[in-house]
Amino acid sequence: MDVLERIREQVENNPVIIYMKGTPQMPMCGFSARAAAALQQTGQPFAYVNVLTDREIFENLPRFANWPTFPQIYIDGELIGGCDITLELLEKGELQKMVTEAVEKAKAKDDPAQP
Amino acid sequence: MSVQERIEHKLRETLRPSELEVVNESGMHNVPPGSESHFKVTVVADTFEGLNLVARHRKVYTALAEELAGPIHALAIHAYTPQEWEAVGRLAPASPPCRGGDKQAAS
Repeated sequence: MDVLERIREQVENNPVIIYMKGTPQMPMCGFSARAAAALQQTGQPFAYVNVLTDREIFENLPRFANWPTFPQIYIDGELIGGCDITLELLEKGELQKMVTEAVEKAKAKDDPAQP
Repeated sequence: MSVQERIEHKLRETLRPSELEVVNESGMHNVPPGSESHFKVTVVADTFEGLNLVARHRKVYTALAEELAGPIHALAIHAYTPQEWEAVGRLAPASPPCRGGDKQAAS
C-alpha cells in the first residue's frame, strides 16, 4: 500500500492518533513526551505510531498534511497540530472535549444500535 | 547571516510582528556546541487574528520552509494576537528537555 494511503487509513480509523518519536511509555523527544502526556491526561484511549521505527512514515508524514515537524496529533481525522498546540488546547480545556467527542463518535459508528 | 538571523528576518518580513523572540535552544539537545538546529519562536502579530492555531503555525512554517528543509531540526512555535499576548501575561511556555530521539532518528 502507498505510504500516504497507509497514513490516511490510520488517521481515519483511529479517533485519536499521535505520530511521535518513541512511545507514550518511552518517548524519545521532549515535544513528543509532552504531547503524549497531554493525551493521556484526557483519560481517553489513543493510538500512536513511533516514527523512529517506521522510516517510510518518518519520511512521508510531513507531506501528508503539509506539516513539517513531529509530533503530529490527529483527532477525528483532522490534524490538530503538534506539541505546542496540543498543550495550549489542554490548558484551555478544549483538548478533553475534542478527544472525548471523537472517541464517542467512533463508538457510535462501530455500534449503530446505540444512539 | 546565522540561521537565527535568517529566521528573525523572514518572520519580520512575512508576519510584521509587534513582538518577536527567536531563541536558539540547540544547547538543550544532543548536538555539537554552537549548533543552530533547535529553535523556539514566540511571535505576536495582528495577522493571526481570526486564524486557528494550525493556520498560524502553517504561516510560520511557510515563511521558514527553506530553513525547515535544511538546518532547522525542531521548531517550537508560540503564536499570539496582541490581545492574547497581553492575556497570557507576555510569557510563552518553556520548551521541554531533550529525550535523545534526534540521535536515533539520524542513525
